[in-house]
Amino acid sequence: MQVVLEDVGYAYGDLPVLEGVGFAVAEGETAVLIGPSGCGKSTLLNLIGGLLPQQTGRISTLGTPPAGCLNPLTFVFQDFALLPWRSVAGNVALALEHHRLGRAEQQARIAEVLKLCGLSDFADALPKQLSGGMRQRVGIARAIAVKPAVMLMDEPLSALDAQTRELLMEDLISIWARERTTTLYVTHNLNEAVRLADQVVVLSRRPGRIKRIVSIPVPVAERMKPEHAALVKNLHDELWSLIKAEAQVADREMQHA
Amino acid sequence: MPEVAKNTVAFRGGGFVPGTRRWAPWLAFLVIIACWETASQLRWLPALFMPAPSEVVQALHALLVDGKLVAHIVASLKRIVSGWILGSLAGITLGFMMGIFVLARSVGLPIVSALFPIPKIALLPLFILWFGIGEPSKVATIALGVFFPTVVSAFSAVDNVPRNLIRMAQSFGLSTRMIVFKVILPGAMPGILAGFRISSSIALILVVAAEMIGADTGIGAFVLAAGNLMQIDQLIGGVVLLSLLGLGVSALLSIAEKIVLRWR
Repeated sequence: MQVVLEDVGYAYGDLPVLEGVGFAVAEGETAVLIGPSGCGKSTLLNLIGGLLPQQTGRISTLGTPPAGCLNPLTFVFQDFALLPWRSVAGNVALALEHHRLGRAEQQARIAEVLKLCGLSDFADALPKQLSGGMRQRVGIARAIAVKPAVMLMDEPLSALDAQTRELLMEDLISIWARERTTTLYVTHNLNEAVRLADQVVVLSRRPGRIKRIVSIPVPVAERMKPEHAALVKNLHDELWSLIKAEAQVADREMQHA
Repeated sequence: MPEVAKNTVAFRGGGFVPGTRRWAPWLAFLVIIACWETASQLRWLPALFMPAPSEVVQALHALLVDGKLVAHIVASLKRIVSGWILGSLAGITLGFMMGIFVLARSVGLPIVSALFPIPKIALLPLFILWFGIGEPSKVATIALGVFFPTVVSAFSAVDNVPRNLIRMAQSFGLSTRMIVFKVILPGAMPGILAGFRISSSIALILVVAAEMIGADTGIGAFVLAAGNLMQIDQLIGGVVLLSLLGLGVSALLSIAEKIVLRWR
C-alpha cells in the first residue's frame, strides 16, 4: 500500500506543530522522518496511524492490503508498549485475538513471527524477564503478526544500547526484505536514517514543515558495502547540515520551555 | 624507594536494605503475651479490668464449646461479606466509569469527594428507618462504607494504567470493551487489590459499630454485651477475634495478590 500526505497540518490547541506537510511513500518503501525535537514527527506518525484526528490536509492510503492483513496500519512503539502481565506469546496474541482466526492459525502465526524475530525460546517469558532489545523484538513480532500493509515505527530503537540497535537494524532490514511492508520510521538518529531509508523526510523545527526529501539511491541491503561508504558518509553529513542549526535552536527552546 | 601506605578498603555499604525476619513478629507476639500473663499472675494488673491471656482463652474456649462464638462469628461474616461484595461491585463499576468516561469523571469526582468524608456509621439510623432494624440496614452501612474507598481506588487504578498500552491496543483495532477487559482491568488490578485492603478493614470496623447499635448477634453485639455485664475476659476475647479476623482477611488478600499479580 502507498501512503500519501497532502498539505497536512496539526495543532495542539493554539500551538501549531505541523504545517503543509506533503509527501508520498511508495509500496514497499521505507521513509524515515527526521527533524529537531518537537517538530511533530511523532504527531505525524499518529495522524497517519489514526491515533490523532486529522485537522487540515488529507492522509490517504492507495492500494489494497496484502493477503492475510489484519491491521493495515500497524505501530511499533518506542517504549515497546508490552502488557507486563502477558507472556511474549500472549503479547503477540493480543493483536490477533479479536480477529476471527482459528486457534490453529493464531498459534501458527505466533510461532512464525516468534521464529522470525528470534523469540521462539522465549514464548512463555514475561516482558520483565527480557532485555530492552528482546522487548522491542516482541513489539516487532506483534506488529508483523497482523501482516501489516504499512508499519509505523516511532523511534523503535532509541531506548536501546548501541550494540542492540545495530543488531535490530540488521533484523529490520531482513524482515522488510521478506515482508515488503511500506514503512514510516521516526528517528533522531541519522545513522539509522541513512542505513534504513529509501527516502529521508527532513522536517523543520516547530511548526514542522518539509525542509527536504532526500532519496537514497543505494538499496538498503547493499548500503554497508565498502564501495558505498563515501556516499553514506556524505548523506549523513548532508542530513546533519540540514537539521543542525534548527536542532540547536529547538534544544534551546526546549530548555527555556 | 619510599614506602607506600597499603590499606584494605573497608566495606561501608551495609544496612538500609529492606527485608523481613519471619520469626520476628511471632517472637514479638509471644513476648507481649508472656509479659501480660506474668503481670496478671503477679497481680500487677487488676484482674477485674484486665484478665490474664489464659483467662481470655478459657472464656473463648467455653463460648466455642457451647456454640455461641461460632454463631456470632457467622453472623458478622455474613454481614461483612455481603456488604463488602455489594460495595465493591458498585465501587469498581463507578470507579471504572469515572476512569474511562470524561462525563462520568466530571460528574462523579465532586460527588464522591463530597460524600466520602461522611462517617458512614452516622447514616445507620437513617438506614434503619429506610430498611428496618434487620440485616439490610447493617449490610447497607457496610456496603456504603466500602463503596467510597473502592470508587477512589478503582478510579485512580484505571487512571494509572499507562496510556501507551491503551494507545497500543487502539492501534491494533481492539474494541472499547476488549480494551477494558484485556488492558485496563488487568492493568488496574494492583490498585484495586490495594483498595481491597483498605475497604476490608473499613468493613470490619463498620460491622462492629453497626452490631453495637442494633443487633443481638455478631462480634460487635457480643463485645458490647460482655462490656455491659463486666465480662472483661469475653470482651477482650471478642477484640482478639476481631484482630484475628482482620489478619485472616489480610492473608486472603495476600494470596489473591500472589495469584493475580504473579507477573510482578
